[in-house]
Amino acid sequence: MSTPDVTTPPEAAPAFRIARSTRIHKYVLAVSVLIVFLLAAGPFILQFVNGVQPVSTMRNLVTLFTLLALAQMWNLLGGYAGLISVGQQAYIGLGAYGLWLLGDVLHLHPFVAVFLAGLLAVAVALPVAPLIFRLRGGYFAIGTWVIAEVVRLVVSNIQATGGGSGKTVISAARLPIDTRITGTYLLALFVAVGSILLVYFLLRSRLGLALTAIRDNDLAAQSSGVNVFRSKLLVWVIAAYGCGVVGAVVAMNLLRIQPTAAFTVNWTAYMMFIVVIGGFGTIEGPIIGAVIYFALLQSLSQYGTLYMLLLGIVAVIMVTVAPKGIWGYVAKRWNLHLFPVRRRLVFESTPPDEDPKPAESPDAAVAESA
Amino acid sequence: MIWANVAIQGMLLGGLYALFATGLALVFGVMRMVNLAHGDLGILAAFVALFIIQSFGLPLLWASIVTIIIMFLVGYVLQRGLLNRTLGVDDTRPIVVTFGLSIIIQNALIMKFSADSQGLDAGKIENISVKITNQLSIGWFPLIVFVIAIAVIAALQFFLARAKLGRAFRATSDDREAAELMGINNKHIYSLAMAIALAIVAVAGILLAIRTTFDPTQGSFRLIYAFEAVIMGGMGSMWGTLLGGIVLGMSQTIGTQAFGAGWGLVVGHLVFLTVLAVRPSGFFAKTVTA
Repeated sequence: MSTPDVTTPPEAAPAFRIARSTRIHKYVLAVSVLIVFLLAAGPFILQFVNGVQPVSTMRNLVTLFTLLALAQMWNLLGGYAGLISVGQQAYIGLGAYGLWLLGDVLHLHPFVAVFLAGLLAVAVALPVAPLIFRLRGGYFAIGTWVIAEVVRLVVSNIQATGGGSGKTVISAARLPIDTRITGTYLLALFVAVGSILLVYFLLRSRLGLALTAIRDNDLAAQSSGVNVFRSKLLVWVIAAYGCGVVGAVVAMNLLRIQPTAAFTVNWTAYMMFIVVIGGFGTIEGPIIGAVIYFALLQSLSQYGTLYMLLLGIVAVIMVTVAPKGIWGYVAKRWNLHLFPVRRRLVFESTPPDEDPKPAESPDAAVAESA
Repeated sequence: MIWANVAIQGMLLGGLYALFATGLALVFGVMRMVNLAHGDLGILAAFVALFIIQSFGLPLLWASIVTIIIMFLVGYVLQRGLLNRTLGVDDTRPIVVTFGLSIIIQNALIMKFSADSQGLDAGKIENISVKITNQLSIGWFPLIVFVIAIAVIAALQFFLARAKLGRAFRATSDDREAAELMGINNKHIYSLAMAIALAIVAVAGILLAIRTTFDPTQGSFRLIYAFEAVIMGGMGSMWGTLLGGIVLGMSQTIGTQAFGAGWGLVVGHLVFLTVLAVRPSGFFAKTVTA
């Protein structure tokens, strides 16, 4: 897309421009870079100071990073493309088995295999899309679940994939332990940051505009020339790839793949609850949701069943009372958006830093550039 | 002859699937809502019956009747108090809330009853069968389940076609605003629809619990089979749902016989996906996908 960040209207029009970035976004960028740098360098600094690798902290953070990336993918589907999926576990599990297939059977280096494993998920997501896209809303959701069930049943019934007892990822297990733990940690961090950047740049692209239009009214979008099917398909495939890569990272962390765990619908519960609690349809929401989820998990994980029960209750209350989630509330209360994905009208008479009233919706910009 | 036997078993199993599917279809028909906790609510009913029998020593039939009444009330309150609030904005809210409910029910049942398999005992009716030829015999209980399924669907169809309340259901389904203008209280109608749906799924859950063992995680599978029956049958047609259930049941039993124990369910899903590909509106489509 060629639309620049700032467009100047024709001279006859009132003095305003359409802007995305404000000064706050420079600070956000600086702080984000600092955080990512600290997360990347932290284990090495700690190892240098203490002499040992902080293995358990790193493993826990891998969990946080993978959940964050999954939540971004689920939010991309549900929050932006209107595709509520309860079957992303199909692609997470396929990614896990993809790591085994590429690493143990085709003898690729596991660190390379992680990124190619997502393609196995795409290989399933692409052909099923025309089928399940015939379903709408809640029935679409169950349709995605049917696909996940088929994949789970097939993988559990085939002897080559280890049947019901699964597989150990030997190629990853044979790596030197320091290399494996450091590598998995950095991969997970890369995947988490990558998922955020991916969603960010997608939303700023032409596809992002199309998605916003589809989410608001897909009939209107279609008649304005947006190819609804292709836009949804693209998001569907991207999310499948992302979930697949995360699945591979999880498998690398655990070294053991078992079909019931790899394809459990609990993955969907984690993703959905993180997004709903953090904030639906925003980039910030899944980040906040994942951090909250992770913090609670540290203190409540020994009560697995009770934890899921409480999480379900919180999610249900959230949707009925505060459907926009924690970030939705923050964003509305302080008019704060950490990621400049929106277009806003800036009137030249007011200094841009006072955060003037944002454009009612991004639709004005949609009409211009979509 | 073995194939005829397998096919008949599948057909009878399909009746049970259709019974699970009826409530899902009714709720979708009246308020365009897909209840992802539908299967779990059926399993919840089975546990309620089990609890009543164990705690109060009621015989199975009375425990079942009490359970059906309880689930009817649960349905009304659930819709009126919670689910009505999620309707009308977008598809997302009811999906997330009912999925959340599903997780809540499953985990609450595990906490209360453990994850072990349970069963409801109906006595010797479970084991007797009617012999048609030397190789072909039909169990009495699966036959009774099938007859109950047909009776429930017939009664529901009659209710929707003839009863005053049934007309209100259809009016709300066709045009929510117009129905409201004619003096129909949609919130009440939705809540009654959910109440009836849960009373029916309670019947299904109890029959399932007598027929086989059940555990707290079974609900998800019941939901998926019910969904497949609804889509294959064609939305808006209760008899279509019955046919969808029968096709699914027969695909599963024939698939199991042909390819081995693990593959029956896969064959069932593949038959569903084939129907979705070839005839996406189902066997008897009446309403359009919302």
